[in-house]
Amino acid sequence: MLRLIVQRLLLLIPLLLGLSILLFGWVRALPGGPVQAMLGERYTPEAAAEIEAQMGLDQPLPVQYGKYLLQLVQGDFGVSLQSGRPVLEEFLNRFPATIELTLVALIFAIGIGIPLGYVAARRSGSIVDHSAVVVSLIGVTVPVFFLAFILKYLFAVELGWFPTTGRQDVTMIATHPTNFYVLDGLLTGEWDAAWDALMHLVLPGIALGTIPLAIVARMTRAAVSEVQNADYVRTARAKGIKPARLRNEHILKNAMLPVVTTIGLQVGLLLSGAVLTETVFAFSGIGSFLADSVFAADYPVMQGFVLLIAVVYALVNLIVDVSYGLIDPRLRRQQ
Amino acid sequence: MRRRATRLAGGVTLVTAFAVALSGCVASERDADGGDGGSNGGDGTFVFAGSAEPSSLDPAFASDGETFRVARQIFEGLVGVEPGTADPAPLLAESWDVSEDGLEYTFHLKEDVKFHDDTDFNAEAVCFNFDRWHDWTGLAAHENLSYYYKVVFGGTGKDSLYASCDASDDATAVVTLKEPIPELVPALSLPSFAMQSPTALEEFGADEVEGTSDAPQLTVYGKEHPVGTGPYEFKEWKSGESVTLTANDTYWGEIADVKTIVFTVISDGTARRQALEAGDIDGYDLVAPADVDALKEGGYTILDRDAFNILYLGMNQAQEPLDDIKVRQAIAHAIDKEGLVQAALPEGTEPATQFVPEIVTGFSEDVQSYEYDPEKAKALLKEAGQENLEIEFNYPTEVSRPYMPDAAAIFEAISADLEEVGITSKATPEPWSPTYIDTIQGGEKHGLHLLGWTGDYNDTYNFIGTFFGAQSLEWGFDDPEVFQAVKDARNAPLEEQEAAFMNANEVIMEALPGVPLASPVPSLVVAPEIEGYPISPVQDEVYNVITLGGGE
Repeated sequence: MLRLIVQRLLLLIPLLLGLSILLFGWVRALPGGPVQAMLGERYTPEAAAEIEAQMGLDQPLPVQYGKYLLQLVQGDFGVSLQSGRPVLEEFLNRFPATIELTLVALIFAIGIGIPLGYVAARRSGSIVDHSAVVVSLIGVTVPVFFLAFILKYLFAVELGWFPTTGRQDVTMIATHPTNFYVLDGLLTGEWDAAWDALMHLVLPGIALGTIPLAIVARMTRAAVSEVQNADYVRTARAKGIKPARLRNEHILKNAMLPVVTTIGLQVGLLLSGAVLTETVFAFSGIGSFLADSVFAADYPVMQGFVLLIAVVYALVNLIVDVSYGLIDPRLRRQQ
Repeated sequence: MRRRATRLAGGVTLVTAFAVALSGCVASERDADGGDGGSNGGDGTFVFAGSAEPSSLDPAFASDGETFRVARQIFEGLVGVEPGTADPAPLLAESWDVSEDGLEYTFHLKEDVKFHDDTDFNAEAVCFNFDRWHDWTGLAAHENLSYYYKVVFGGTGKDSLYASCDASDDATAVVTLKEPIPELVPALSLPSFAMQSPTALEEFGADEVEGTSDAPQLTVYGKEHPVGTGPYEFKEWKSGESVTLTANDTYWGEIADVKTIVFTVISDGTARRQALEAGDIDGYDLVAPADVDALKEGGYTILDRDAFNILYLGMNQAQEPLDDIKVRQAIAHAIDKEGLVQAALPEGTEPATQFVPEIVTGFSEDVQSYEYDPEKAKALLKEAGQENLEIEFNYPTEVSRPYMPDAAAIFEAISADLEEVGITSKATPEPWSPTYIDTIQGGEKHGLHLLGWTGDYNDTYNFIGTFFGAQSLEWGFDDPEVFQAVKDARNAPLEEQEAAFMNANEVIMEALPGVPLASPVPSLVVAPEIEGYPISPVQDEVYNVITLGGGE
């Protein structure tokens, strides 16, 4: 197990090196650049040349990359052109927001997706099954921004149950030792702040979690359908095992392997989905900042954030791989 | 097959039921809700959403509207703006005298004014600020930061047109220049030239800019300690979320009724509108023209600023046959500006007659006009031997500027007008960010194009100097008469300047390098209970005059 972890961590090094070259080339291959974005109507070729020289953008690409890599290995991701703050600081400041949002979306997706998929499979052909199929189809096909608009219109504008934007009421006075706003409220005993932050997570959590919910439901349905007809299930049933035990220990546990893999992959989807969800909910996580940085051609942020997200994604999938062993003892032995 | 049909039917039923349920609860709630709004329950807080974060809290190092919006609450300059206009007015300087040669400015300062850190505002503080700007070196002199100082004063250090500042007594500061800067007084109304507390600037290292040349870093002063003389004091900046200010209870002027202002960031236009409708915010800027009617119906107050911008159709004379004045005149006569305003621009927009909006000093009533007349346009084209003409027409996509809310709609209206007189437009759309401007201003390969400008301060040169101050690739012509008229106007003695700028506008419209189209009205919206929002064409909007209550 330990060997697997170390091996996978070492693999991260060539991965990140390759990715950094790709990213570096890619952001510069995009037409225009930070100077055009910065100057707008004030753009003239002379002004642009002057600023490019000042920013070192007129140097050959390998030289620029070399400098960038040298900074990177020292843990320096550069400074954001938009905000004038270090990229790493921006990432660490905003990442807790995205983690909170991703967790809520995951809880929503798993909490509803697995039971829905399970029931659909167990009652194949019933109205529940059909509904589950329709819901999951809708979930996969409705664009996030449209869903966000409808959710906000209904539950925020008309019903007034939830706020439309942000992470916390901007007039609220709250302390933030960890930047996980819900956790901060609980730690400091500022219950209203925790509750307010939680309320701010509901709509974006649903908007972000809908696609994964649909995928998890479909995966669970397929896996359970397969497992429930397996010989050992029939045998177990014949032995007179209680239905609850049959469900939990024989069917669900065995059906979970592909579902867990799917969930691991969903984390990637959630992180990329956060770009759009955070933007429409003005939720200040890494996604909305990354979206802004693309419009501003903020090279350091585009490069740094994608690299850091890649690290997070790789680590999550490592955890998923390790968890296989917990679910399936056969795999533990192989590892 | 049958099974599939049932499944489909089940699905359709479910979706329909869902839709009915949705519309049901919308209808019932709307009746109950009415059109209220506003996050403040009378607690004296005003929440305003901008589209981006301020880039810094030190306005001397900024040039963007979001930073200026915040800075105008905290800081004041020597020169302010006459409310509701773009005209310079006394602020921290009660009056000023300019020497005959335009090199010496004597500012008579307001007395008994204190900075938020309780230090005195006086002539010494004024000179400290002027010296600070001049002395920037290294990263502090980075184009990213010192943009407006460089534009107005020509550069920092030895490149600067600033010579010295003398605090002859506490209430008199004499600023001396190396060469005249005719637009100095209106320019000083920009927040970039606001007076900041020398003590705070020094204590929190305002000029100790770190980082690298590709991206200078915010200073501690710019992040956490801005100190000015304005009606609001800085309280907190939650990066990515909001900036909070509180009323300065010892302010020399009108003490604010709104005790707390929160500037929050919502970059998405639809999200801003929904946040207002849900009562999460009390107002926002840059209202989409399509939202105006619905918001009005909802009981919200739409405020239209006097236009301080210009939208124009550029004609590149480096491309034939646009070098022919007859063809350019034909195009000008072919465009129905009234129709364009109705089709593609916000309500209340006035068609333009020249390259400056009406409220700018130097606007001339006597410019050559080119009324809408398709027959005349056809005749002119015939005269020029240019019937059945095809011209490249560049316009930007994926952008909304104050002067150009929807470029594609503007393009469509104009190209339909041109079609009418026998000119076919070869549509060349291009994304605004990042290449459109480069195509227009950095190369020769463009024919007709849409572009515009939002003024910085009340100065004709800020408009026509930007366009026609010198030969450029955007316009592709070399007309010494035009360049000279613009230059002469800028350098004219103060009392003759207005007439000289009027003359320059007349010369330009005679030469007709492009067609000024309109000055669209930028709108903002506030909740019904917000009263007295000080709307300003140059966005000099300070919130101490706002009162809460109204629609509660």
